[in-house]
Amino acid sequence: MSRDLNKLPHRAGVGLKPQHYAAVLEGRPPIGFFEVHAENYMGAGGPPHRYLTAIREHYPLSLHGVGLSIGADRPLDRNHLLRLKALIDRYEPGAFSEHLAWSTHGRAFLDDLLPLPYTTKTLNCVARHIDEVQEALGRQMLLENPSTYIAFAESTWSEVEFIAEVERRTGCALLLDVNNVFVSCTNQAWNLLEYIERFPMSQVRQIHLAGHARDVDDAGRTLLIDSHDRAVDESVWALYEQALARLGPVPTLIEWDAQVPEWTELAREALRADSTLLASGRGPVVSSCGEEQYRAVAR
Amino acid sequence: MPSLAEQQRAFAAALLDPSLPVPAGLVDPEGRACPRRFAVYRNNVATALIEALETSFPAVRRLVGEAFFREAALRFAVAEPPGSPVLLEYGAGFPAFLELFGPAASLPYLPDVARIERAWVEAHHAEDATPLDPAALASVSPDRVGEIRFAMHPSLRTVRSRYPALTIWRMNVADGIPGPVALDAEGEDALVLRPEAEVCVRFIPPGGSNLLDALARGVPLGAATEAAMQDRADFDLASHLSGLLESGAFIGFSL
Repeated sequence: MSRDLNKLPHRAGVGLKPQHYAAVLEGRPPIGFFEVHAENYMGAGGPPHRYLTAIREHYPLSLHGVGLSIGADRPLDRNHLLRLKALIDRYEPGAFSEHLAWSTHGRAFLDDLLPLPYTTKTLNCVARHIDEVQEALGRQMLLENPSTYIAFAESTWSEVEFIAEVERRTGCALLLDVNNVFVSCTNQAWNLLEYIERFPMSQVRQIHLAGHARDVDDAGRTLLIDSHDRAVDESVWALYEQALARLGPVPTLIEWDAQVPEWTELAREALRADSTLLASGRGPVVSSCGEEQYRAVAR
Repeated sequence: MPSLAEQQRAFAAALLDPSLPVPAGLVDPEGRACPRRFAVYRNNVATALIEALETSFPAVRRLVGEAFFREAALRFAVAEPPGSPVLLEYGAGFPAFLELFGPAASLPYLPDVARIERAWVEAHHAEDATPLDPAALASVSPDRVGEIRFAMHPSLRTVRSRYPALTIWRMNVADGIPGPVALDAEGEDALVLRPEAEVCVRFIPPGGSNLLDALARGVPLGAATEAAMQDRADFDLASHLSGLLESGAFIGFSL
C-alpha cells in the first residue's frame, strides 16, 4: 500500500511563510521546492489556499505534518487523516512527512513534538500508526527523527535502531533532520558520527536544516534548543556535508519558522544548500569541520 | 511500569501544570533527574499556545500589553487547550474567557474587540464564494420582494457591541492610531466579511444587525425587515439592502 510518490527535486527548498507569498509570486526565485505545514492549510478557503495554489503552479511542494501525533498511545484522529488526504489530493505534494513524536493529551492538542521512550511497546504503537497513515493516504510517508531534551530511563533501543526498525516494519521512508541529529546528539551525549553512520540512509528521501539556540541544563551542560529562529549553524552545515557524503544529493529544506527573516536571507541559505548538494553530486565531500569540533560541543 | 498512554497522560498533565512534579524516569545523559530539561517542553507548549492566540488577537494584545496578554493567554490555554491540531481554529472561547477574566474587568469593551478579531480569523479561512450580482434581483417582481430569502456569504459574521468596539479595534490594528474614545457613546455593530481575497470590516448602521441575523436564519426579507423595525422605527430597508449587496454579503437568493 505504501506507494512511493516521492518526487521532490534534488535541490534546496524553503519553508513557505505567508510574509513571503508576494516575494515568491512576483520574483519567482529559483528555489527547488517549497514546504508547508499541513495544518496551516486546513481552513475551508481564503488567502492561504489562494496563495498556495498559485505557488504550487510554479514549484514542487512538500507537505509537512505537525499534528498527527503518531507516537501517542491512542487511536489516530481519523478526521485529521481525512483532512490530510484532502490536502494531498488537492496539492499533489512530492512528499508527505511527519514526526517521531506525540502531541495530544485526551482531546487536547499540545502543539509541541514530545519525546518517546524507545521501547518495543512504543515501537509497536508507532509502526501500527504509520501503517494506518500509509493505508489512509495511499502513499509512503517520510518519518522525521526528533530533537529531544530528555531521555527515558526505560529506553531499550537506541534512537537510530528504533527508527531503522520502524522503517523496516512499515516500509516508510525517512526524513533526516540534520539539525535534530546535532541537537539530540549534543543533548543526549550521543556520538554524532556514529549516529550518521548507522542511520538507514538508503531510505532517506529528504533532509531538513534549521537553526538552533543554546541553553544549559541542570548540571550546567550545553542544552541545544531546536528553535528554527535563526540561520543554520556552521556545525550543522558540516554535519550536512558528512550526511551527503553517505547519501548523495537529497532534496534539502531550509526551515525557519520563528523570527522569520527577509526573503533574501532565506534565499541565501537555500543557495548554500544548493551549492553543497551540487558538490556532493560530484563525489565524496571533505568536511570543513572535523570530528574534534563535534566532540567539543557534545561534551 | 505504567502503560505508554498513562505515561503520556502524566507527562501532559505536568506540562500544563508547573506545580506538578516532573514525571519519574525522565533523565539526563547521566541518568539523573533534570527539571530544567523538562522545563524546555513546558516552555515550548506554553509559548506555542500563547503565540497562536497572539496571532489571532493582535488588537487585544496591543490594548493590554505583552505581559498582560501572555498571562491571560496562558491561563486560557491551560483551561481550554486546543481541541484539534488545526490551530487556525483555536481561540473561539477566548472572548468569553476575557469577559470573566477579573484583571480585565476595567476594560469592558475588550471581549467585543476580541469577538471582532475572532470573526476576522473565521472570515479569513472561510469557504470561498462569489457574491451575488445585485443585477440578479432585477428579475424579482416588486410584489414578491418581501418573499426573498438570501443565501449568506459563508464568511459573513456580525459582532454586536454596547461599546464603540469597532472604533477601538480599528485604532489598534495595522497602522491604526489610538486616540480618545467616549466609552459611553452609542454601541457599534460590526460586519466582518471576505467577499474576495481580503477580509473587510464595516460598521452596521442601527437596525442592520437584526436584519442580518434574521436573514441568516432564513427569514424572508419582509419579515426580517419587520424585525429590524422593532429596533429602529425609521429603519430604511433600501439603503441597508444596497449596502449589503455592495459589500458582497449574499451569494444567492430564492423565492
